[in-house]
Amino acid sequence: MTQPDEALLSPETVLKEMKKNGVTHVLWLPDSETNWLYQLMKAEPSLTLIVVPREGLAFPAAAGIWAGGKTPAILIQNTGLMESGDSLRGWVLGLSIPVVLLVGYRGWTRHGVTTDTAATFTERFLNAFGINYYLVENNADAPRISVAFEEARKTKRPVAVLVGDEFHGFNR
Amino acid sequence: MLQTAEILKIFQQHRGDAIVFPGRGGRHWTKITTQPNLDVPLGDPAMGGCASFAMGLALAQPHKKVVVFDSEGDLLMSLGILATIAEQQPKNFYHFLLDNECYATTGGQPVPNAKNVSYDVIARGAGYPHAFAYDNLESFAADIQSILSRPGPVFVAMKVVPEIENMPIGQRKSWRTRSREEVLKGLQKELGIMI
Repeated sequence: MTQPDEALLSPETVLKEMKKNGVTHVLWLPDSETNWLYQLMKAEPSLTLIVVPREGLAFPAAAGIWAGGKTPAILIQNTGLMESGDSLRGWVLGLSIPVVLLVGYRGWTRHGVTTDTAATFTERFLNAFGINYYLVENNADAPRISVAFEEARKTKRPVAVLVGDEFHGFNR
Repeated sequence: MLQTAEILKIFQQHRGDAIVFPGRGGRHWTKITTQPNLDVPLGDPAMGGCASFAMGLALAQPHKKVVVFDSEGDLLMSLGILATIAEQQPKNFYHFLLDNECYATTGGQPVPNAKNVSYDVIARGAGYPHAFAYDNLESFAADIQSILSRPGPVFVAMKVVPEIENMPIGQRKSWRTRSREEVLKGLQKELGIMI
């Protein structure tokens, strides 16, 4: 059965939220969910898209961008977030960098048993680092992205947005 | 091999108003610099990120030269960033590598294949348009003005004498004269950035 559009989190909505919050640079490593967002970001003149070869490199780069007066966002998958532990600790938490982490929540489900350990450990990982997070599954949830940006600015800390994998429209 | 402090003294004469991330050279640079508010002596927030941080700074401040003194142990953790930097082509980015062939802060154990890695070749292969290597101070001193007058990204590998530390971390005397927060605030104030 085809899902109606309102049941999806569209890439256009995510891009709109980024622009609304003044994002200038997106540190990104592609995952299986973000192809359409990639095309939109590449076409958006107000954004510089920076592809990193390993997620841990996105964190010092974001710190440098913020130090230089611009607004970074990090767009990675949960697997890469876990790979990035020490960079997150030292470069973002340690330097008090306000940055939103848009994290593809691979393996997440609310319809049964989670069998993908990428999902099993995602929230535990964020809790271990004391990072607050918001789950976003569809367009109606999109205001939570702005909540995350506002919280990052106020607290000078990273805040995560977990993009629920089951319902987004990035693969359409 | 070159002495890190001598490299930095020569560089200082040609610095202009560049932003400088001194990396592992920080302990010397804090005594040499004449513009501390344009310096970013953060020490080592997490190993492997120096070049990424400096790239971010260069992209955010495209009209200021950004100079990083990276180290080979740090870069070996994150070689892929060379491809990202080459793709972004920051014209204001100058990437100096202090190669002491070892992990000096842990007692001097050699990095992988310590004596046989050509970092300038790797940088060129990753797409840096200009990459150089030096193992003596005279040649470096003769070329530094030309290096800094080229559009970035420019990579400069230099063999340096190891300055080995072997004390437990808690017993080492910190060379940093400002907290990391003070460093970033000072830089942003100098750049006119309102946070």
